[in-house]
Parts: sequence; structure tokens; C-alpha cells
Amino acid sequence: MQAGFAASLLAPDLPVPAGVVGPRGKKAGKRFAVYRNNVAVGLAGALGDIFPVVRKLVGDGFFRAMALVYVAQEPPGSPLMFEYGQGFAAFLEDFEPVSQLLYLPDVARLERAWLDAFHAADVEPLDPGALGRVAPEALAELTFTVHPATRIIDSDFAIVSIFSASREDQDISGIRPRQAQSALVTRPGDWVEVRGLPPGASTLFKALIAGVRLGEAAGDALAAHPQFDLPAALAAMLEAGVFIRCAARAPAGSLSA
Amino acid sequence: MTRKDIRIQTVGGTRFPEAPLPPRAGAGLKGDHVDQILADDYRIGFLEVHAENYMGDGGPAHRALSAIRREFPLSVHGVGLSIGSERGLDPAHLDRLARVVERYEPALVSEHLAWSSHDAGYLNDLLPVPYDRSTLDRVVAHISEVQGRLKRRILLENPSTYVAFEGSTMGETEFIAEVARRSGCGLLLDINNVYVSATNHGWKPMNYLRDFPLELVEEIHLAGHSEDVDDEGDRLLIDAHDRPVSSDVWSLYDVVISQIGPVPTLIEWDNDVPDWPVLRREAQAADAILAARGPASLLGSRHASA
Repeated sequence: MQAGFAASLLAPDLPVPAGVVGPRGKKAGKRFAVYRNNVAVGLAGALGDIFPVVRKLVGDGFFRAMALVYVAQEPPGSPLMFEYGQGFAAFLEDFEPVSQLLYLPDVARLERAWLDAFHAADVEPLDPGALGRVAPEALAELTFTVHPATRIIDSDFAIVSIFSASREDQDISGIRPRQAQSALVTRPGDWVEVRGLPPGASTLFKALIAGVRLGEAAGDALAAHPQFDLPAALAAMLEAGVFIRCAARAPAGSLSA
Repeated sequence: MTRKDIRIQTVGGTRFPEAPLPPRAGAGLKGDHVDQILADDYRIGFLEVHAENYMGDGGPAHRALSAIRREFPLSVHGVGLSIGSERGLDPAHLDRLARVVERYEPALVSEHLAWSSHDAGYLNDLLPVPYDRSTLDRVVAHISEVQGRLKRRILLENPSTYVAFEGSTMGETEFIAEVARRSGCGLLLDINNVYVSATNHGWKPMNYLRDFPLELVEEIHLAGHSEDVDDEGDRLLIDAHDRPVSSDVWSLYDVVISQIGPVPTLIEWDNDVPDWPVLRREAQAADAILAARGPASLLGSRHASA
């Protein structure tokens, strides 16, 4: 029974499933449509709550119509609605009506990362004083353990400016979308924070997250981005709470926060 | 409920004070209301959360719920277990529910007589089941599985429905009574659901309540519904949770409380959520009915036990 019921819910052109009726032999068309509407409106609404900036950028009505297409293609895999929409950015890349909005998929990636960070495990970030307690000659050997909330999204577009202005209800019409920005998403305290990263910092943090030693990671970042400001990047890294631990030679001798 | 009613439980390394649900009004917890609830001179009787919203690892939602749980009795209401599912319970989801229950030590745990997951995925709605023998056996088995995993009794909520099944061989109240008898679960009576389903199926709400095993009811839900029409133009009510409780539902509530005495009563308002004072006013309206039917009518009734 439930296979047919579920299939009809997601496909409005299918008839009311066999055996589903109204009281005293009444028709069940509009009655079954209540379930169809609940499912569609509920899932589209949930998607809009996860991607409020995308919704604002395209408008509520358009977003709803677009969400219904996505929902039919990719219904949630579990009852954990806050995990829904992992494939939404990829969907936007292929959804022809928004093909002119080149920045839209990366904005969606940033919004998805924001919610992942919101629900990530609680761990104290690395004490900002930790690096100061490391002997200068040992700094290059340090490796880092990433905080569960940390996400980095590199984009060819001004996703940090668009995201921040939209979520703060500011006008976004003055933002030039075609400037590359990297977003750093972290949760250093009570709330999720989103920062733009200067050139090179994204390269450095991604290398450190992958377990590369600080000396090597900094060298690579500098080679790729000659104006890279290492002290500023390290200060931002500590302030944002990107990591939870550093160790001279992981895992022994850990200098935890 | 006053502070001295909260007994500190020291056995088993629990994190929170033991706090049974009082026979008062509670509210569905919304993130935007947390600070106001904690600061309010009006102490709401209890709060209820959807279990699925707290199945993430950590973050601000858990911090807020911990603060609420330290101050108020808590009820955990699952919406995603799919107890009526033909393909069996998802053990991973049952584990998640168990983790929420271990984490927050709620006074009550409840779920719905419905299904919501199938091979296509999670459908995000509470879908109806036919009332027949094979569904009965399956629902009883699933509730037993849940109660075994959680090591506690749960409450099962009566549904709001818009369609019926040709294959049904029993009435809804008979089905629910039999589920409770065989599984040992308690019942959550959603009076708005009674009114919505009765209107949609042409039953008399008072007959439904007469046939319902009220002696097993440990919690009541109240909510608002919207109104539409079916294919024949007859009234079709939608369980919308987006507005105040209707006067018809308040009247039924008064009848039920007069009959069984005060029971913890939740105001559900999940869509177009208003500011806290509006939700509080609904809770105070339920409190007034509970107080009016209070001590005098308590004779012969029983409190909800944790």
C-alpha cells in the first residue's frame, strides 16, 4: 500500500492510489491532494529555511517552484531535515532557468555549510595563546586538528559579500558578483561565523586541515600567492577557531587548548 | 510548578533534575522564544520539542534546550520514526531518538500513529494507515521495539486524517485501544486531530471521545486547523498548526478535562509561529480550564506519571 501511496504523493499526474477513499464512498481526489500539498509545501518550505539567501535572491514564488522540482528529484533521505539539500547546489548548476545567476550554486554551498556548522559537535577551539607557547623553531613542524564546525568554500564570485548582506537584510544591488572570494565558516563561540579569507589563507587552512605541517603549508601558500600575509592569516585562524588542537609531531606531545 | 517540586535525582549519573510533567499547559518550543520563556514571570508548565530537531551533534540548539531543560519539565515528541511503516523501523533513527532521550531525560516520549518514510525517502508528513489486523500487528511490534530500545513506555498520538482506506476493518478508536492494550503504550490525545478527523470523516467527536480509552491518556495536544472543502464541497479541515485553537476544540477539551481531570496539555503552533505572548495566551487559556476543573474534579483521576 505505502509504495503506491508514496509514488502518487510525489507525482501529481498519478491517480489517487487504489483503496484510498473518502467517507461513505465519496471521492478522495481533493482529500489525497491535501497530503500531496503537505509533502510539497513542507519540503519546499524546509528547503527555503535552509537556503534563505538563495530564496531571497530568486524571490519566494520562483524559489518555491524551483524547490518543487528539486524535491521531486531528490527527496530527503532521512527525517533529519537539517541535513536536507546536500545536492541543492549541484542541482542549481544544472537548472536552466537560473543559469544566468552564476554565483547561485556557491551561495547555496555556503548556506549548506553554515547549517552544517550550526549543528556540528561542541568542541572548544584551540586557545589563541597556544602558538605563543610553542618554541619558534618548532612552529614549522606543527600539525593541526580541525574543528568539526569548520568549512571552507572557494568561489569565483562574491559569495561572502552576498551572503552577509542578504542575511543582515542589507541591499545587495551594489555588490559586484564577479570577484573571487573564499568563505571561512566556523563556530568559535555561541554562534556560526562567516569570514572572507584573503588570498593564500584558504590555501593555508585547507593544507593544514589535510594534515600538512605549518612550515610546508605556509611555504606553499606563499608560493601561490606572493602577497600572502602569514601573520594575519594565523591571527584570523586563531580568532575564528578553525582548529581545536595543534601538535609538534602528531599525535604525541599534543598542545591542546 | 515551583522550584521545590523539582527533586534532584542523583542515581545513575543523570544530568538534569527529575521533573515530571505537571497537569498544566505547556508549549511547543521554538528557538525564537527561548530567551523570553526563561525570563518570563509566567512559568509555563512544560515544554515539548520535536526529537528530530535535536539529533544534530551539538551547537546553539542543544545549548538552548539544555537551558530550558534545567528550568522546566520536558516532553520529547518524535515526528520521524514512521511507526506505521511497512518496511520496518529504521534502527539508525531509533538510535538517534534513544540518544536524544538519554541526553535530555524527558518526562515523556511520544510518537504518532502514522508513517512518513518509504523507499522514495522521507516524505515529511504524517501519513495514514489502514485499520486492519496486519497493520495492528505491525504497529504493536514497532511500538514494542521502540519501548524496548528506549527502556521506557511511550505515548502514541491519534492522527488527523483526510482519507480512509477501503481495506479498513476496524474503527480508529478500536484500533488505538487495541494497540495500547497489546503494546502497553500510553496515549496522547490530540483533540484538534479528533475534531479534524471527525469532521473529515463524518464522525461525531463526542462519540469518538466516548469510545477512546481516555483512562490511558497522559498528555493532550491542542492546535489550530485551517478549513477547505472536498470534491463534493463539504468541509475538509486541515491540521495546520498555524493559528489559535478553535472554539469547538476548546469546548471538547473542556469536556475531556471535566471527565478525566487535569492532564498536561500542549499548545502546538508550528507554522506562522507568533511572538511568545500570543502562544502564552493560548497556554493560559488551557491553564484556566485545567484550574477550573482542578482539585474538585481530581477525585478519581490520575496524574501523568513520568
